[in-house]
Amino acid sequence: MIRLAVISGKGGTGKTMVTAALAHLYAGSLVLADCDVDAANLELILNPTLLCTDPFMGMKSAFIDPAACVKCAECEAYCRFNAVDWTGTVFRINPFRCEGCAVCTSVCPVTAITMQPRQTGEIRYSDTSLGHLVHARLVPGAGNSGLLVHAVKKTILERDGSSNRFIIDGPPGTGCPLISTISGVDAVLVVTEPSVSGLHDLKRVVTVCRQFRPLILVAINRFDLDAFQAGEIEIWCRTENIPLVGKIPFDPAVIQAVRAGIPVTQAGTTLAAQAIQILAANLEQELKHSGNQQ
Amino acid sequence: MKLAVASGKGGTGKSMVASNLAFTLVSSGQPVTLVDCDVEEPNLHLFFPAPATTTDVTVPVPVVDEAACDRCGKCEEACQYGALTVLQNRILFFPELCHSCGGCTLVCPERAISEEPKRIGTLATSTPLPGLTLISGTLDAGSPHAVPVIRAAKKQAGGDPEVIFDTAPGTSCPVVEALDGCDACILVTESTPFGLHDLQLAVDVASRIGVPAGVVINRSDGKDEATTRFCVDHDLEILLTIPFDREIAAIQSRGDLLCRARPEWQKDFTALILKCRALAGVEP
Repeated sequence: MIRLAVISGKGGTGKTMVTAALAHLYAGSLVLADCDVDAANLELILNPTLLCTDPFMGMKSAFIDPAACVKCAECEAYCRFNAVDWTGTVFRINPFRCEGCAVCTSVCPVTAITMQPRQTGEIRYSDTSLGHLVHARLVPGAGNSGLLVHAVKKTILERDGSSNRFIIDGPPGTGCPLISTISGVDAVLVVTEPSVSGLHDLKRVVTVCRQFRPLILVAINRFDLDAFQAGEIEIWCRTENIPLVGKIPFDPAVIQAVRAGIPVTQAGTTLAAQAIQILAANLEQELKHSGNQQ
Repeated sequence: MKLAVASGKGGTGKSMVASNLAFTLVSSGQPVTLVDCDVEEPNLHLFFPAPATTTDVTVPVPVVDEAACDRCGKCEEACQYGALTVLQNRILFFPELCHSCGGCTLVCPERAISEEPKRIGTLATSTPLPGLTLISGTLDAGSPHAVPVIRAAKKQAGGDPEVIFDTAPGTSCPVVEALDGCDACILVTESTPFGLHDLQLAVDVASRIGVPAGVVINRSDGKDEATTRFCVDHDLEILLTIPFDREIAAIQSRGDLLCRARPEWQKDFTALILKCRALAGVEP
């Protein structure tokens, strides 16, 4: 199984659009995961049929029994996350701030605090015309998105481990969800855009990726919106010895396809679709070169 | 006013809105502190280049005195994150799993665990324009914990009267940390199914935290009906609509500011500030 994660560093560069188009081009013995669990969008293009769901239990959260609490404020003093609120009458745990460390339970002199399981998301296993899709929903404002990403990937490997290809739509950023996404993948495709922010964020995410040693590939989306910045990215990739596998032009057909809820490669022969076909062919070549053959 | 700029979906133009708001405020003679809370991919410094004073952000992590430790295993049991493993002859510590809660030091009967600071990121403070203080939090590459860096950046802004926070995309803990304690927030969106889907999530987060929110539609191609309908249904004010325009995109991509390159936009951003003050319920 070849595991490819489509990531970006900077948000909104076109990860999901590229992931859906690649999935369309590679259809057959393919599984997909949406690891942008905060704001999962792949389902809006792939029109999935839900097969089953699993609750996702994040870290447990502290709960103070108001009847048992003697209001000594030890829990508030020891909590490093400012998760204990004094309401004026009782001490209460702020669930947004509680990181589940359980320190309060060990300092409470009257054992009024217990750790309670909480569901902070849902894992969804679905069928699409291109292959199975595992996606997730994090309760807005909940933590543990890295753990949820891990659970999404695990679900794919358990249920569809015999597929030839595993494509992940990744999260933006460089923190825990991203690290959880790229651990164990064979290759990452970083989709960037021609801007000072795009290049800056590309450099940062590549630094993080290198710690995990996958094959790193880059594609520039909307490259013609700023030819100079696109050139800067090309030069940087060459200096760093990172293959630039695709340059996708700005094309209103992309937004039209997103609004229609289909991969852009399915929406006829457009400039963007042609560019992504070339990207897919180059990506294939690079995977072969690096020894990641099917 | 403490104002956050958030979005749900990435790349909708949060930094563009935050940087132009700050530029407009200082251009009218009002001092402002701009805080980059998108510590995984901070970008505001690219729009306001200036020499900065940099300090480290550290978190406390445990250090075990192996001579005093009797391998009782209480620390491993107390750690909810699996960051400590007690072997026969030593203790293994995995710093990337540690949340710095201090639980292990509390439960150790031999007092063999102390804490030392570990760097996870930096804060850069600069004055790129008279009246403008920029605080940029940056998470070190490979460090998973963004929240302590965001917390440190917000603390650095302290009690400054006028603060604008640029947040990370998404809806999880980094966004919650940035929004917490703000008087109002702007949710920047784009009129696509992705933009609308993620706007709904962002509205949910803001309302759960109890921060009043309004919407800015960016890169509008005129097909904003679905977003407008959602805003009407949810009693959200559309504070500003910025059209898609190759020239605006080019200004942004080269690291310039819309309100500097096209000063006629300053009146739109001034109006945006007034609408945010009304949203926050503070005096204009």
